[in-house]
Amino acid sequence: MKRVITGNQAVAYGVILSRVDVISAYPITPQTTIVEELSELIANGRLNTRFLKVESEHSAMAALIGAATGGVRCFTATSSHGLAYMHEMLHWASGARLPIVLVNVNRAIGPPWNIWSDQSDSLSQRDTGWIQLYCENNQEVLDTILQAYRVAESVKLPVMVVLDAYVLSHTSEPVEIPTMEEVDAFLPAYCPDYPIDIQEPMAFSVITTPEYFLEFRYKIQKAMEEVPEVAKKVNDEFRSRFGRGYAAIERYGEGEAEVLLVTSGTVTSTSRTVVQKLKGNGTKIGGMKIKRFRPFPFEEIYEEIRGVRKLAVIDRNLSAGVGGIFAQELKASLYSREERPEIFSFISGLGGRDITPNLIEEAIQYTVEHPRPEEEILWLGLKK
Amino acid sequence: MIEIRFHGRGGQGAQVASKVLAVAFFHENYYVQSFPAFGVERRGAPVMAFLRVDQRPIYLRVNIYEPDHLVVLDPTLIGAIDVTSGLKQNGWIIINSHQPPEEFRHLKGFRTATVDATSIAIRNGLGSRTNPIVNTAILGAFSRVTGLVGIDSVALSIREEVPGKKNENAKAAREAFEEVRV
Repeated sequence: MKRVITGNQAVAYGVILSRVDVISAYPITPQTTIVEELSELIANGRLNTRFLKVESEHSAMAALIGAATGGVRCFTATSSHGLAYMHEMLHWASGARLPIVLVNVNRAIGPPWNIWSDQSDSLSQRDTGWIQLYCENNQEVLDTILQAYRVAESVKLPVMVVLDAYVLSHTSEPVEIPTMEEVDAFLPAYCPDYPIDIQEPMAFSVITTPEYFLEFRYKIQKAMEEVPEVAKKVNDEFRSRFGRGYAAIERYGEGEAEVLLVTSGTVTSTSRTVVQKLKGNGTKIGGMKIKRFRPFPFEEIYEEIRGVRKLAVIDRNLSAGVGGIFAQELKASLYSREERPEIFSFISGLGGRDITPNLIEEAIQYTVEHPRPEEEILWLGLKK
Repeated sequence: MIEIRFHGRGGQGAQVASKVLAVAFFHENYYVQSFPAFGVERRGAPVMAFLRVDQRPIYLRVNIYEPDHLVVLDPTLIGAIDVTSGLKQNGWIIINSHQPPEEFRHLKGFRTATVDATSIAIRNGLGSRTNPIVNTAILGAFSRVTGLVGIDSVALSIREEVPGKKNENAKAAREAFEEVRV
């Protein structure tokens, strides 16, 4: 069934269809309507899920850590300062190897106070050991949640599904909603390896001396390294069942591009119109969408950028003192490679400012016209 | 692609109007994208909502700066804010007003239509006399004036999307369809 729904409603459908056992959330700002939709369904008896209304985002994640340790499927949603407040517990969820799925609606972190789209909240959590997946449209949001549980429960790591504030969260568009039966066939019930069992008492997350701690972290890294293959298998199966799929990265536009525009989130969507428009205008322009930020798709990207001379990377985030975070990751991932395209790092759209087709075209034009960037950071649409 | 901008005041239901019209177009097999002006809503303050309609998937994800048509839920906004900003030449401005469209001919270069959605809402029991809900009625006028979407699709969408008084809301849209003046 196709319905016209917002990104937040797409999240709610994804959660319902995933047969989540426990939802824990802090219901006040910066919460979104995701939790409102879900709590209403539970209150009306239409969703058989335990809803824990807690006093903070820190507690929301702590409650899910408890529930997931008990061996059930868990979900929470948050945004900006809420995600920041969860930080400590995010580390705990990955360290304890709990397959929790969290949806973060990308919003700026204040001050100055701002509630609009910006990736600084989720990218601030990049070292917490969570898989991070960015979405381009509301269909992808719903589908990614279904896939996220499969991947999380397979590699035993938590997943953060990320969507842009307003541009997806409050925007309505047609979304194909799969049936419960279809999703049940794709996403089986969660079977934890070590659920809490009072007949078989175990200790969880006890103090670990230097003798063993390194090995615990090594195993998390190894689990991350399994993600590309697991996610590909899950996506292939999803595609065969539903006719849609989302790779870690996606190339679009001309196959033999000299300049490649690199984006994530909804900027990719608008970029598709620009790349299409510039087709046949001399320089060969292509586009590359990065969906999976953690684990960063080093290998997939390297395969896709062979022959490309320049990358124009647009970051809707800023790591002050360094620059755009996606651009930094790309530089790091290509340093040891033989083929290294010139990387142009653009910053734009912070705090929800529109990244218009004109700005995207400006970035492409600059990249085409310059052999290398004149500055480390190129600001798009900056008022001077 | 057709781009439509809705002007209203916080609480009047501009966002719902955009969504209901989106679903009406969706029923006629269009791709749609409906969104509010992203911001902090305040009751009574000028607000906007937007709608894109196309026969192909919509990839553009930015605000609408140059709409093809406007829907104005509150006539006192005209003059108070620059409602025609960016509006394309010859675009329709559909205004909730008891005045004839000639009263708004100072909005040069555009086509104006008026419908007394406030009276229609009140006689159908939508909202209160001081705070009538006009957002469904005016969509009937949009259907008639632009001819872009059928009144049956609008009525169907209203029944699906509006939480209460579904019949009254659909009836209001049909009455506005008949009563709109150009």
